[in-house]
Amino acid sequence: MAEASTLNSVASGNALELRGVTKMFGALAAISDITFSVRPGERRAVLGSNGAGKTTLFNCITGDFFATAGSIRLFGEDVTTFPAHERIRRGLRRTYQISLLFGGLSVADNVYIACRGVSRGRFSLLRPRRGDPLLTRVGELIEAVNLTEARNTLVSELSYGQQRQLEIALALAGAPRFILFDEPAAGLSPTERRELIEILNGLPGHIGYIIIEHDMDVALRVSESVTMMHNGRVFKEGTPTEIENDPEVQELYLGDGGHSHG
Amino acid sequence: MSTTDPLGEIFASTRRSRPEPSWIERVPLPVWIVGFVALIMPLIANNFWLFQVFGWTFILGMIALSLMFLAGYGGMVSLIQMSVAGMAGYGVAILGTSGMGDLSLGWPWWLYIPVAIIIAAIFGTIVGALAVRTEGIYTIMITLAIASAFFYFTRQNYEIFNGYSGFNLVVPPRLFGVDWRRPIPFYYLTLGCAVLSYLAVVYVSRSPFGLALQGVRDGPRRMAALGYNVTAHRIAAYTFASVIAAVGGILLVWQNSQVSPGTVGIPAVIDILVIAVVGGLRRPIGPFIGALIYVLLRTFSPDILLGFGLSGERFKTLIGMGFLLIVFFSPDGVLGLWDRWRERQRRKRDPLRDGGKR
Repeated sequence: MAEASTLNSVASGNALELRGVTKMFGALAAISDITFSVRPGERRAVLGSNGAGKTTLFNCITGDFFATAGSIRLFGEDVTTFPAHERIRRGLRRTYQISLLFGGLSVADNVYIACRGVSRGRFSLLRPRRGDPLLTRVGELIEAVNLTEARNTLVSELSYGQQRQLEIALALAGAPRFILFDEPAAGLSPTERRELIEILNGLPGHIGYIIIEHDMDVALRVSESVTMMHNGRVFKEGTPTEIENDPEVQELYLGDGGHSHG
Repeated sequence: MSTTDPLGEIFASTRRSRPEPSWIERVPLPVWIVGFVALIMPLIANNFWLFQVFGWTFILGMIALSLMFLAGYGGMVSLIQMSVAGMAGYGVAILGTSGMGDLSLGWPWWLYIPVAIIIAAIFGTIVGALAVRTEGIYTIMITLAIASAFFYFTRQNYEIFNGYSGFNLVVPPRLFGVDWRRPIPFYYLTLGCAVLSYLAVVYVSRSPFGLALQGVRDGPRRMAALGYNVTAHRIAAYTFASVIAAVGGILLVWQNSQVSPGTVGIPAVIDILVIAVVGGLRRPIGPFIGALIYVLLRTFSPDILLGFGLSGERFKTLIGMGFLLIVFFSPDGVLGLWDRWRERQRRKRDPLRDGGKR
């Protein structure tokens, strides 16, 4: 029975499938009845004003919070009741809006912890040996986000932009299949933004993602579909052009200074 | 935490052209001096110092080290460490030989020592599994509650723990024809165990497990989002710490040649916390410094108090005042004082450096 439903979803081929996902905080519904699905490799932007429930949605997908109602399927598997680490081990990744990095450790250590988290030997009492393939991978990831120079720097001493880049390196550790980016461009300089767009567009084609982004220029350049949220509900879905030209959306979001955010 | 890391060293070494210094060259000079003095101590110190002062320091240091591991790397202040140590001590008394012939099982040493350590580790793991559901002050409360329950249980249970009087004549086995309770062998035995557990903690703190534990301390949510089972990691830390505490507990019982409810009483439980805090919870050497201060105060304060015409039994007042002074001037314990002194020295040498951390 369970197998049959798994096969069904595999047949439908969605990377992520949300059905009626609701999260209550007391009597307040932070998000309610969210239903949408994302194909493997699809890149989607989630837009919406502050308090629209975007980050809560991410927290429900990753398992930081459990959804109050509804179901979440990841690559055909129902993960609604799975703890966060189980979902991560199935290829899901996320970045955080407010940097949640390990300030007392170096850049290399941070990336190493991330790589180790989704491989065997998480409980190993033995230090990594020279030539450990994981260490090579750590070096590659650091290079991918242009942090090679800062490899041995303590994370607490990195600039804000560098910390954002490290966030992305952590999300790319292991073999991610689907990534949730929570406002990766917030607070970045124009140059850093361009770098970010390059990194996102340079991701391998099989990696899909959802990106929360206030900056429409960034959001529309790195996504092929858009979900618009308002007051905890899905308000509109469409291609970037459709959303940009939708009169209701313009009135709701773009009209009141969407560009000026970030 | 320490800022030198093997990963960094490994990467750096691929770029450096000159050969990397061997591990002998990397050990700083003060460590060589302390190590040398520790080795030749039996030539300098008399039996009282070897057995009572240094032996006891190493033992209490190990038990406090297990707390430092949990608190410093895992962010979990556990008051169960003395009970875990006591459990191992009771283990060797019950499974091995003691003055209570009918209660002790008389197993051979190669069986009762590992089994006692395993039992204590299981005990510590179970307590850990309960305690990791809580954070901060609540971890302290729940471990203190279990520690005091264990104390009352040992005092009231006569079938296993022999109640109020406990076990006497619990002595180490005569291995290799050596009486390990004689001062010089006992000194080297405790020194060896202390050094091994110190090195184990230093090594593990940079292993994947140790790094992840520090990650769990700094950002449990982030660690879960990286694929780590945060709860399992915390519980495993209790298991690791329990093994160290268990070895310390066995040595403690051998030193006193007896174990009783008083060994695991609340004052003993609190003393371990005091030792760890006074020494400093940030580095594994801290608990040993704290233990030395504690043992010196405990051993010599009656003389000092009598010199001032006070009752020798007021040594706890002196220990308490010492604790207050150190915590008042340095929340990081003696290690914190030392760090600040070094920072001041460095700034004196280099006027261009500001007061920044590094």
